[in-house]
Amino acid sequence: MELVPYLILGLLEGLVTAAVLSLMALGLSLVFGVMRVVNVAHGEFFMVGAVLAWQIASLFEGHPAWGFLAALLVAPPLTACIAVAANQLVLKRIEYDPERTIVATIGLLYIIQQVTLMTYGPDARPVEAPFNQRLSIPLVEWTESGLSLYWPWGLGTTTYKLAVIMAAVMLLTGIWILMTRTRSGLLMRATQLDRETAQAFGIPVGRVYATVFGLGAALAALAGVLIVPIQQAHYLMGHDPLLLSFIVVIIGGLGSLPGTVVAALLIGISDGMISVFFSPTLAKIIATLGVAFVLIFMPQGLFGKRGL
Amino acid sequence: MTKSNSDHIKIVETPTITDTKQPNRRQAIKTLAATTTLAAVASTTPLFGRYGQAQSAEPIKIGFQVHRTGIGAAYGRWYNRTTEAAVKKINDEGGINGREVQIVAEDDGTDPKRGAEVVEKLATQHGCDIAFGTLFSHVVIGSAPRAGELKIPYFVVSEGHHVASGMLNRYTLQPGITDVKSQVQAMAPFVNSTLGKKVTMIYPDFAFGHDHRDYFSAAVEAQGGKVVAKIAIPPTESSFTKYFPKIPRDTEVIYHVMVGPAVLTFVKEMGEFFGNSRPEIFGFIDSLEAVDLASPGLEFLEGTYFWEGNPRYAQANQSDFDKAYRAAVGVDKNGASISDSKDVSTYAHMFGCWETLHIVKAGMEASGYAGAGDRAKLIEAVEAMNSMPHSYANPQGAKEFNGKTHQTFGHQYITRVENGRLVLAHTTSIADTYYPDEVDYTTQSF
Repeated sequence: MELVPYLILGLLEGLVTAAVLSLMALGLSLVFGVMRVVNVAHGEFFMVGAVLAWQIASLFEGHPAWGFLAALLVAPPLTACIAVAANQLVLKRIEYDPERTIVATIGLLYIIQQVTLMTYGPDARPVEAPFNQRLSIPLVEWTESGLSLYWPWGLGTTTYKLAVIMAAVMLLTGIWILMTRTRSGLLMRATQLDRETAQAFGIPVGRVYATVFGLGAALAALAGVLIVPIQQAHYLMGHDPLLLSFIVVIIGGLGSLPGTVVAALLIGISDGMISVFFSPTLAKIIATLGVAFVLIFMPQGLFGKRGL
Repeated sequence: MTKSNSDHIKIVETPTITDTKQPNRRQAIKTLAATTTLAAVASTTPLFGRYGQAQSAEPIKIGFQVHRTGIGAAYGRWYNRTTEAAVKKINDEGGINGREVQIVAEDDGTDPKRGAEVVEKLATQHGCDIAFGTLFSHVVIGSAPRAGELKIPYFVVSEGHHVASGMLNRYTLQPGITDVKSQVQAMAPFVNSTLGKKVTMIYPDFAFGHDHRDYFSAAVEAQGGKVVAKIAIPPTESSFTKYFPKIPRDTEVIYHVMVGPAVLTFVKEMGEFFGNSRPEIFGFIDSLEAVDLASPGLEFLEGTYFWEGNPRYAQANQSDFDKAYRAAVGVDKNGASISDSKDVSTYAHMFGCWETLHIVKAGMEASGYAGAGDRAKLIEAVEAMNSMPHSYANPQGAKEFNGKTHQTFGHQYITRVENGRLVLAHTTSIADTYYPDEVDYTTQSF
């Protein structure tokens, strides 16, 4: 493959990764920013979203779009309910103590993973995409008769992949509006800045925590629903995205919304490019190295504020 | 699926301490009386008389190392069903040496470290006579040394070349399924003459995939062809488009083999990458084992070729043996479960469990196997085997077992996708799969 088609393909693949990653990392970042909880079980909410999407979509006969639409509407709120229950039953009881929440969410990770294994089994489950047309991308080249179009081998994407990118952009805009323009966003930001003062001003911190934990899980589940027509639902699928989300959140700055999006783009696209040009393992090595450098030179992340 | 698995498997509990306490006199007399009555009944009723000639009424315990979870789960589910069906048949026909056969199944999570622990657990805790049934090559390589140390015969159903290469030990045998080296060697002439000379290989990045890479490249070059690119993909990968740009433009044939939970994604993304200008494609059915060929996104495979260890779809020339074997395991003519047409089997591999268990039976009967003390005799009896005709015990086809290398050789099948079904296009001879011996395990001491 020549250089230009290579670049375009790497960019497209990278954008899909970045789209899913930014939704997922945003959930992780919100939970950490507001609650100071490092949620190790975040990848499992992603997996639960994907598995529920399969379960819901398989209830529908006929055109795959109906099943997918139902999954998109039902799976994230359901996952949020599981997260809120976990918050009430576990995190609240240990008073959101930073060390103990890490251990508790590790336990949560195994519980969710094994319950999924026991109920849905170990198989990978496909969900049909609502639409999936292959788009070949033409390039322009000089020939003897002047400018002409040609279609390089392998250069293409699918309408569904483009839709995932669009959906992520819309959802991220929605979250940004929620955080900056609404009353509940204000409550979350106030709790993030100073929990005790917020409580003193009558903000129901307990309810804000439950909402944020549920919202974080719903975002991960949304990412799971969006990815499942491209990949497949499987009980071990939460592992890799969790690691990448941590990398994104650390590079972007814990608790920073724009930082998370920028870092997700950075990691997603560099992952796509490096994977296409060299090897996917090298892409992971470089991303992890990036984290090390960010931690050494900018411990607060690219967009994080000092002292947070 | 987990539910149906747990229904099928009898986990044998080790006796508790209370079981072994000294019986008192009254109990002893009662037991004696019961045994006498049973013996009297046994001699008159056929049901009990089935195991009547046994020197010991103890069942023969076959430890089954099964990939119930992890990346090999789909194979594990069907290896389990095939094993259950084979054991039922063997027991219905009177067991082994008149003793009932019992399966002790343990999940290894398709993990090499856990695999070694499972072999140990089967041997020491459950007191199994043999260990059996492992598929994934890295688990076999991780477990076989422990089986050798514990001196328990380890019958693998793996396809890996590690048995015949001499890497393992005298206790590890593969009599029920052919190995990758012999398979790819028999495929190379067909690929080169029918599809093209310039081949790009895509394979999983672990022992099994490396066998494909090494032996197929060598076989293709021996045929005057050329492998223009070798693309290794980690078996846990979930997204594949990023690997495909490495396929050189002058590729005439794609040779693909993939394993793991994401195989359907792999093949679908390959189709999306090529659009409607694909090169010739030859795949090992591993890339689509347990996957419905009618899944959306697989339409581009029409007209492409697959290696199959045993054809998934019942063919026009289907043998009576295959018909009976299919019915016994519960597989329909499309290779799916009789009870659920979406539950597609791993038909190209799972016959290995059926055939291996029948070979174990033959070996135990030839050696007069009575207990763990006769394990070496069992191995020697299997090593002495050679030709195995096409039969109900060997439904995949005739085999030639090589006692020195502990590896069997057999026919290979090439099928073509026609109207969404795999139709037999070519059957290789057994001789096509031979290569010179690389080890003589019979010279190793027990």
